[in-house]
Amino acid sequence: MKTTNSAAGPGSSNVFRSSRSNRFKTGIVGWLFIALAVIMIAAFYFYPMIQALILSFQTGTGINMKFNGIGNYQRLFTDKMFLTAVTNTFIYLLFQVPIMIILAMFFSVLLNDRNLKFKGFFRTAIFLPAITSLVAYSIVFKYLFAPNGLVNEMLMNIHIISAPIQWISDPFWAKVTIIIAITWRWTGYNMIFYLSGLQNIDQSIYEAARIDGASAVRQFFSITIPLLKPIILFTSITSTIGTLQLFDEVMNITKGGPGNATTTISQYIYNLSFEYSADFGYAATVSYSIVIMIVILAFIQFKVAGDRNA
Amino acid sequence: MYLFLSLAAFVSIFPFFWMIVSSTNLSVDVTKGRLLPGTHFLDNLQKLTSSVDIWSAMGNSAKIAISTTILAMLIASLAGYGFEIYRSKAKDVVFSILLLSMMIPFAALMVPLYRMFGKITNFFPTFGIDTPAAVVIPTFTTAFLIFFFRQSTKMFPRELLEAGRMDGLTELGLFFRIYLPTMKTTYAAAAIITFMASWNNYMWPLVILQSPENQTIPLLISNLGSGYAPDYGMIMMAIVISTIPTALVFFLMQKHFVAGMVGSVK
Repeated sequence: MKTTNSAAGPGSSNVFRSSRSNRFKTGIVGWLFIALAVIMIAAFYFYPMIQALILSFQTGTGINMKFNGIGNYQRLFTDKMFLTAVTNTFIYLLFQVPIMIILAMFFSVLLNDRNLKFKGFFRTAIFLPAITSLVAYSIVFKYLFAPNGLVNEMLMNIHIISAPIQWISDPFWAKVTIIIAITWRWTGYNMIFYLSGLQNIDQSIYEAARIDGASAVRQFFSITIPLLKPIILFTSITSTIGTLQLFDEVMNITKGGPGNATTTISQYIYNLSFEYSADFGYAATVSYSIVIMIVILAFIQFKVAGDRNA
Repeated sequence: MYLFLSLAAFVSIFPFFWMIVSSTNLSVDVTKGRLLPGTHFLDNLQKLTSSVDIWSAMGNSAKIAISTTILAMLIASLAGYGFEIYRSKAKDVVFSILLLSMMIPFAALMVPLYRMFGKITNFFPTFGIDTPAAVVIPTFTTAFLIFFFRQSTKMFPRELLEAGRMDGLTELGLFFRIYLPTMKTTYAAAAIITFMASWNNYMWPLVILQSPENQTIPLLISNLGSGYAPDYGMIMMAIVISTIPTALVFFLMQKHFVAGMVGSVK
């Protein structure tokens, strides 16, 4: 810490114009303010990740671990279960995140209309799903989408379908159910970010566009979307990270079934560690695969979002 | 426009409506698709309290969520304040390293953390596996919250600190006497976010808590919901009860909640 204290000088001098010894003292004080947080994050995030890295080269159960070289990593590439979990997770990601972001943007634009009545009601109503616990809403959805559940009954009453859909026990529909559930839970949450973004856009830009004869659709694509870029980036990164970690919903709606049609990577790690034979070494290897995916995807999204000045 | 919004509002509210109505109906009526409030509210409540100890689960969840929130507020605001007010190049580097922790998925931490707490159990059983402390300790410090406090501190008027120094306050005194009271809304928003996240946390309690008397609300509901012959009325009652605290927090502090979420992107 001693070497870094001197570096703290310039930053703190603007709040503390005093003698040198005092400046030195504030340098230490600054580090003391952040010390607890740094220790906690190091102890409960970075240290475990180092442990996980070591574990990922070991095999065995419980405390009888032995070195296994790159064995776990080789196993990853031939593990069908892992492949299924990754494929499922990416199916959720590719469908759910874009659908949700488009819906969130769409509703925020509607809600931002100045002449809209009952704005507060609509905003609160659409946001409401975000206050529920993931477990609680998953159970509610599980029952609503049961074969004799209310969703099937309603769809049959209005003659959209003639026979009940197996929302939970059909491999295809089970994925659809999970996607519907997550979209229900998170659209309103993301909408709030877009609403705040829209409220920061200067209305005179739209007026100028109207005078130039730009249509509403044109205005949306040429003004709204470019100005919302930072928010689109923020919501897509947080949603991507969230979906890659998907666990609570799948665990409580389908338990990963039917077969392994809805299992996610997080659930596979949980199963490897606590449901099957406590294969901590291999579980750690699978964990590192999500870390790598998150880093790569976040990097791609930053690149795609590209120039921040837009 | 109204059509789309009404449809969205209906879809968003319907599950809430259904769960509240179902908590007043018998399980058979729920299966038949009854959508009117029934008269079996008390029956369901009695069935629930006699089959599981929901009040103890509520108590455990409250204990965990409240202590997590208090500790999180203290640690994260001290750090956010420290990073911004005593800014330096070296601290900025440390800050970016801390932010990297946001990319670590919890599933990756779960196994090493579980082993860590396994070792802790041998020396300090009160902080080890199957204790509420073990739920709180690794979860209350988040880089997100430190980031949130740092962003908000950017808008804090520093002149107030100068004035406080003139009055002879110590550096820690400045934080507790001037910064903390000025930043009440930031604390409120951060507290709501933390409380809700902790109240609803599922994965880590599932791993670390084992005995039924320690279980939290999400664990209890998950167990109820995984049964083969579910009593719908009773389970919906449990879900309604578990949602009341977060709904109350939301409706009482709606403004702070939205401000808090949005503040984190700016």
